[in-house]
This record gives sequence, C-alpha cells and structure tokens, in this order.
Amino acid sequence: MTETNSTELIRLSAAQLAAKLAAGEVTAVEVTQAHLDRIAAVDGGERGVNAFLHVNTEEALAVAAEVDAIRAAGGQAAEELHELAGVPIAVKDLIVTIGQPTTAGSRILEGWHSPYDATVVKKLRAAKMPILGKTNLDEFAMGSSTEHSAFGPTRNPWDLDRIPGGSGGGSAAAVAAFEAPLALGTDTGGSIRQPGAVTGTVGVKPTYGGVSRYGAIAMASSLDQIGPVSRTVLDSALLQQVIGGHDPHDSTSLPDPLGDLVAAARLGNVDGMKIGIIKELHGEGYQAGVENRFNEALELLKDAGAEIVEVSCPNFQYALGAYYLIMPSEASSNLAKFDGVRYGLRVLPEDPPMTIERVMGATRAAGFGDEVKRRIILGTYALSAGYYDAYYGSAQKVRTLIQRDFEAAFAKADVLISPTAPTTAFKLGEKLDDPLAMYLNDVATIPANMAGVPGLSLPGGLADEDGLPVGIQLLAPAREDARLYRVGAVLESLLEAKWGGPLLDKAPALVELVGTQEAK
Amino acid sequence: MSADAILSFEEAMEKYDPVLGFEVHVELNTKTKMFSSAPNVFGDEPNTNVNEVDLGMPGVLPVVNKTAVESSIKIGLALNCKIAESCRFARKNYFYPDTPKNFQTSQYDEPIAYDGYLDIELEDGTVFRVEIERAHMEEDAGKLTHLGGSAGRIQGAEYSLVDYNRAGVPLVEIVTKPIEGAGSRAPELAKAYVAAVREIVKNLGVSDAKMERGNVRCDANVSLRPHGRERFGIRSETKNVNSLRAVEHAVRYEIQRHAAVLDSGEPVIQETRHWHEDTRTTTSGRAKSDADDYRYFPEPDLVPVVPSREWVEELRATLPEPPAERRKRLKQDWGYSDLEFRDVVNAGVLDEIEETIAAGATASVARKWWMGEIVGRAKNADVDPGQLGIEPATIVELSRMVEAGKINNKMASAVLDGVLAGEGTPAEVVEKRGLAVVSDDGPLLEAIDAALAAQPDVADKIRAGKLQAIGAIVGGVMKATRGQADAGRVKELILEKLGVNA
Repeated sequence: MTETNSTELIRLSAAQLAAKLAAGEVTAVEVTQAHLDRIAAVDGGERGVNAFLHVNTEEALAVAAEVDAIRAAGGQAAEELHELAGVPIAVKDLIVTIGQPTTAGSRILEGWHSPYDATVVKKLRAAKMPILGKTNLDEFAMGSSTEHSAFGPTRNPWDLDRIPGGSGGGSAAAVAAFEAPLALGTDTGGSIRQPGAVTGTVGVKPTYGGVSRYGAIAMASSLDQIGPVSRTVLDSALLQQVIGGHDPHDSTSLPDPLGDLVAAARLGNVDGMKIGIIKELHGEGYQAGVENRFNEALELLKDAGAEIVEVSCPNFQYALGAYYLIMPSEASSNLAKFDGVRYGLRVLPEDPPMTIERVMGATRAAGFGDEVKRRIILGTYALSAGYYDAYYGSAQKVRTLIQRDFEAAFAKADVLISPTAPTTAFKLGEKLDDPLAMYLNDVATIPANMAGVPGLSLPGGLADEDGLPVGIQLLAPAREDARLYRVGAVLESLLEAKWGGPLLDKAPALVELVGTQEAK
Repeated sequence: MSADAILSFEEAMEKYDPVLGFEVHVELNTKTKMFSSAPNVFGDEPNTNVNEVDLGMPGVLPVVNKTAVESSIKIGLALNCKIAESCRFARKNYFYPDTPKNFQTSQYDEPIAYDGYLDIELEDGTVFRVEIERAHMEEDAGKLTHLGGSAGRIQGAEYSLVDYNRAGVPLVEIVTKPIEGAGSRAPELAKAYVAAVREIVKNLGVSDAKMERGNVRCDANVSLRPHGRERFGIRSETKNVNSLRAVEHAVRYEIQRHAAVLDSGEPVIQETRHWHEDTRTTTSGRAKSDADDYRYFPEPDLVPVVPSREWVEELRATLPEPPAERRKRLKQDWGYSDLEFRDVVNAGVLDEIEETIAAGATASVARKWWMGEIVGRAKNADVDPGQLGIEPATIVELSRMVEAGKINNKMASAVLDGVLAGEGTPAEVVEKRGLAVVSDDGPLLEAIDAALAAQPDVADKIRAGKLQAIGAIVGGVMKATRGQADAGRVKELILEKLGVNA
C-alpha cells in the first residue's frame, strides 16, 4: 500500500470504508494499519494531538486480520459479517475494556485493567470492529476542555493551542485528526456534542436508555449516555445502530429499539417538518460567528422545505444551576468506590496510624484531581441532611420543569435547533482557573441530558472572526433519535454543497503542523 | 471493659415501663444476589461468589432480582402489610470496607411493604399485637474478620480481612413500630416476636431462616420511661442478637441496665450496643444519633419497582398456611392436649417434631423424645433445641430400636448422648458402647430367681394378685443385669414363673 493510499484511506468515512471492505478493494488490516500509522504520526510528542491514552495496535490488527480471513474464506461466515466489520474505532477511556487499561483520565485508576467488557464494547467486538485504543478525557468526564485529564490535555486539530472540547476531547480530536473514522463518547452534559462542535465533527447523545451504560464509568447515572462520534451523520447512525438496544445489565436501558436510524440518515428529508428555534438558546452570550452560522443553517433548512418556528423554554435558564447540583450529587456517590481497597491506586498516609479511613483519605487525596474533588465536595454538600430539599430536591423539580418545557416545545415543533456551544474552541489554559466560565460551555447541551432527550451536533461551518468550527445542535423527543439523523443528514448535505466538500477538508494538515511546531 | 451497673429486673419493672422496637434482617434464599447474577450461597471459600457488580468495579450497574422482590412481597403479605404500588431504591452513603461501592443500595422512604401487624402468642396463650412499620429490600454487606487482636473484635486488631461473598445478598429488613405495653413480659415478647418472624419466613420458603448462620438477625431497641409517662425514653440498639434466647436475654439485660442508668440520674446514651453471649451483657458500640447523615438519595441506576396488583394478588393466593393456623392444625392432627402442645410451642420444637413425624415417628413418640430427652439437653447446653443438630432420622431410628426391644428407654437415652458426642448413628453407638438388651431368657431367669429369692414377701404379694408390687422384682433384675434387660420381657417372665395371669 502506498503512502497516498494510506492518506486517502484515513479520510474516508466509516460508510465508505465499509463499502470498500465489502467490495474487497481494501483489507481491514490495511485500513486499521493506516489509522495506526496516522496515530503514530500525529498523536504523540510535545505538540501531538494526544487524543489517545492507549493504542491497541496488536489486538486491533488481529481483529482486522480475522475479518480479512473470514472475508477471504467466503461462505456464510463472510455473508454474516457485520456491515462495519473491519472498520476501526476509538473508545473513550471512560468505557471499560478487557485487555486494555481503563483510566477514566484519572491517576486513581492508572494501570487498572477491567476484568469485564462494557456492553457497547461487547457489541463492537461482536461486529468485529478493531478497537484502535482508548481516548483522552477530562478526569471522570468532568470538564469541557479535556484539560482536566491527569494525562495531559488533548489538542484541537484545528489549532493545536486550543481545546478540543470535553470531556470527550480525545474521541472528537481523534476523529477530526483522521486518527479514527469513528469513536465512542459519553455525554452527561454535552461531553459528546460540545467536543463535536469545536472540532468540526458529528456527535450524538442518544435518548437516555437508548444505549446501555453498563461498563461506562458513571459520573451522573441519571444523565450519562454513551453515543457515537464521527465525521458524517450517516456514520453516527451506523454506529448507534451497532451499540444501541436493550441490555439486561442496565435497568435504565429502554426495552425497545429506536427504529432504523441508518435508513433515517440515508433518506434525510425535512420537507414539511417543523423545526423550532429555542429562544433561550441563542443570541446573548453566543459568539457572533456562532450566531451567523446558526442563522445560515436555518436559512438552508427553510429552503429545503422546513418550517422554522420559534419556541420558548423558559426554565432552561435554570438548567445549568440544577445540573450542577444533580450531577455532583450523583458523582459524589458514584465516585465513592474509588478508595484504594479493591483496585486502582492505593496511597498510604505518611504517618501512622494506617487505619482504613486514613488509607482511603490518602488515596483519594492523591488520586483525584481538583475538578473531581470540587464536584465531590459540591455533591456531598448538596445531599447533606438539612440541605437535600433545598439543593438536590429543588434541582429535581427544575428537571421536571425542563421536561415540561421540552414537551411544550415538541408540541409545536418536530425537532428543535440551537448552536451546540456558545463559542468556538478557546485557548488551552484560558478557562482552567475559572470553573464557572468552563461550565457555561455546556449551557446549550445540558437541557437534553436533564430531560433524557436525544441531541446531535454537526458542523455548521467556521466562525468568521476566528475561522474555527461552529456546531449546530438538533434535539428530538425521547425515542425519536431517527428525526435527528433525518434532519442532520439534510443539513449536512446542504452545508457540504455550500462548502464544496466536508468541513474538515479545511482543517490544517496535521503531519506538517505537528512536525513544524515540534521543531519550534 | 468495666461492667455496667444493673438493677434487678423486678425492681426495673417496678419503676419503669419498657418500650421495644425491632429491626429484623432476613436474608433471602434466592439463587442469585440482590443486584447481580453471582450465586447467593453460604459457606463457600471467601470471595468466590462475587462478580464485578458485587466488587463495585468501575462501570457496573445493579439489576433488581425479581425473585427477591417476589419474596419481599410474600413477607409483606404474611406480615399483613400493604404492598406499595411503586417503590424505589435509594443509596445510603458511607465509607466502610465491607461495602464495596461505599454506599448500600437500600429502600429508604419508599419501602415495598408497610403498615402491617403480627399477632404474637405468648407462653400462656395471651395474644399481643406488634405493629409493623415497614419491610424493605436492601443488600447485605461483606463480612469483615478482624485479626491480630483479641476475640475477633475490631478493637486492638492489627488488620482485617474482607469476604465479599455476602456482599449483595438480598435482605428484607422488617421494622416494627414502637411496642408499648409489654411490661414485664417484654423479654418474652421479644423472643416470641423474633421467633414468629423467623417462623413466617421459613414457612414462606423465602429464607433458610437459620439464626446461627445469620439468616435472621435482630437489632433490638429498648428504652424505658417512668410509669405513666407518654414520652419515650432514650433508646439503645443492641445489634445482631442472633438467637432467640439471646433476644430475650439482651432485652432483659438492657432493661436492667437502662433502669440503673436512669436511677443514677444520668441520661441514657443513644448508641448501638454489642451483645456478648458469653457474659450475657452488652457493651457500648457506636454513638448513634438521628443526625447520622447517610446522604440518602434515590438510586439513579434503578427504575422504580412497580408490582402490579394482579401479581400481588397472585402471590397472596399462593401464600402457605400462616404459622398460627398451622399450629391449630398440627395440634389437632397430633392429638396433643392444650398443655402438651403449648409446652411444645414454648420449647420451640414444633418444626422439629413435625419433621420427626414426617420422618416416620408417631406424634407421641416424637413429643416424648423432643420434650423428654432433647429439650433438657439443650437447656443444659444453653442452646436452642434445634441447634443441637439432632436429625429426625436419628430419633426415628432410636424409637424403632426401642419398639423392637433391641434397647430399652434408658439405653436409648445413652445412645442419644453417644450420637450427640459424635460417636455416629444410633446403630453405631449401640455397637461401639456394647449396648444391647439381654434377650436370652437363660440369664434373665437366673436373675429373676435370685430376685424372687431375695424378696420372698414381694413374691407372695404378686401371687396374691398385687401386680403393682412387681416393680421391686423387675428393679432387682435390672440392677443385676446392669440395665441391659428388656423390662417388658422381665415382667412377662416373672409372671410366668409365679403362675400369675396378668
């Protein structure tokens, strides 16, 4: 395989790779190797993207070789191969995998190997998709910039001095940098969609319960959801179709499948659809370039036959505040298990006595980063006797109000639309010491988690003032994920027609960039 | 550890009125755990009946065991409770190494069963109604073993080992409302209540109900107030009182201890107490206040449990006969007198007698053995009769040997001692101890001749028709044969010899 071939392969979408693999034009080993080569070229080093915390070379190639062998042998086994067999994927390091370390971006789990596979990982293995490795994230998915990773920040492929969003910055950057055609993310308050927005990729938070959470290390159980990261809307649909469905290991997973998402993406159509602009989720506080691209998207949808309506969700203004009570409350409890007793880091106190309380304390003090501690303290406080009703209780009431806002909005519109994030990617370090400013990044994505509805972010173009990607968010009623793909596919094709190709074609060629900047 | 002062029970009762409350934990005998598919088995190698869920590995999620819910509903129904139409689990957050997630998943404000009662029959037949506040589902913790110190206690231990086999075992916690008005019968009521709960869950088949294995564990709350006062006193909670006798003793002891504290003018400290079977006392545990903050919140990983009314009614229809009704039936079936039956119930050997009858003994033989032989031995050994480990088959075998004339009653009692001493089955004990009725008439006749010769006046009385005098001669024969003769046969031979028709 020539260098050119390899470069071409990594720029193909998952759907395109699948077609080439099925047609025998390329082998799974070639595809996997091309991505591993790309990772080797752009991910490491001082100025590398740092999307991966672990690269799973051997196993990925072995799975690819197995797919090639099955295909070569032909017969029933070859026919039964999954459509995405041999298409490689990266997995957020919050999702447990046998055979690779899982860190959750934290020192407290450094070196830990899970004895079991997450349900979504089992599904990837069943589909024989080579797992390229584990991607970087804010520690325990707590952050919007991936700067809270204990293993260094991930860089945005559009500008290596900027954040790739978070917490799933690693998955988004890996896909944006052509290190992987697909990735898994988790989204508690926007951790799939906001990184998608700032890296010019597609990210979907499915309906709560649409994808099993078993094996995703929990931050906030009632908000967390695993979802796809990709470069095209169709690819996300393909991936959600692989990972979705009921799981007897997850009581909160929905009993019934969500319908044919891939068909929805292939047959995109908005003619006669009502698309609702959420009054509260644009305008003031949103960067001008973001607002411009958002308005442009609305025009395109209108031209394609959609009816644009305005809806109001007055309680969304309380969403961020309520989220920052519910999420830390659940997290404070979910993270209690990391105590040095059974697995992971164990730190002994410097002085005796070596009591269990002191070992637990020393382990957690050393193992958790500041943002994690901040949220544990916040959540512990919010759940405390005497404060529970005022904080956790009130926040749950707000949650109900947000759900009602959505219900009212979906009575008027089939799909809702907003910018995904108020700004484009900010500089590394810019908001690190200002948690509140950091939290504001998720103002538009949090309502969907609070209500359990699905959301999709797709590239809306580049902001005029900084030339960085802007994300457009689509929201649908619970279980109506198909609508997101249907509308998303239309908007994507209209935008790409306008740009003359995928937005990521405009991103810097990283091999030179990483190389040049490293030389500085 | 200095001993607490106590008042005599009588004096305590003269001055104070006890209020009780019980939390009884029942381990369910489901095949798998409350929230995981790991086996729920007692006594296996440590940390073998665990999977990633039980160990609280990163990323795991709980799934409610449907059979455990079913068992909980059955318990609720048997306790005359209402069954919630929808109920949730909550997280009880606290750091302790026997709790792998550092929170216990337990029902908190939404128990599956609530507002019930249980009518408790005391020894003299008085019925006392205990109100049930709630019965809720939760998971058990792992088991800590403290080593390097004394007596396995945590104080002074160098290190502790943890076995997570028990972590996640399904529990139903049954909580009473405050029990008032028991007066001096409080200790007796305590024992009878726990016995009744144990009997119910055993009867339902939802628990192995072995207290010695911790299948049924009782936390006993005791407080005292001066007679005539309505407000409750400050309570103590004696944890893990794990036998019926211990429940009675612990309540009695706490009443005496509280009375002494109150008499001294000091306030009772609200705390947990540890029960010590050896000294029959309690010692101070952890200070407990109502302000203990477990930061309960609804378990977000589980959806509410919503038992349909149809299901509840289905379960209600399949409930076995309640123990009280069962007792009525057994009394009739067995033909015991009121007094005989009450003695059996009070001795706590109803199940044992039923099992013995089922194994082939007659009702009167079963009663004779349990009441005549075993209860006394249990008392001497200071354990519940069932805990002696006597199999029904052993009693059946013993009684058949007696009936067949192979051994007499006196020897049978000795054989039972042998069985209890671990010498084997009754047949083996007979063999080993060389116990067998002398059935060869030759030596017996010699002994009879000797006995008659020694007591000629008695012989005359028998000849004259005073048959009750025969005991003296039989006694002489038995003495001469060191008890190995079959008394019945001896009697026959004496009468034959003297030419008297019985």
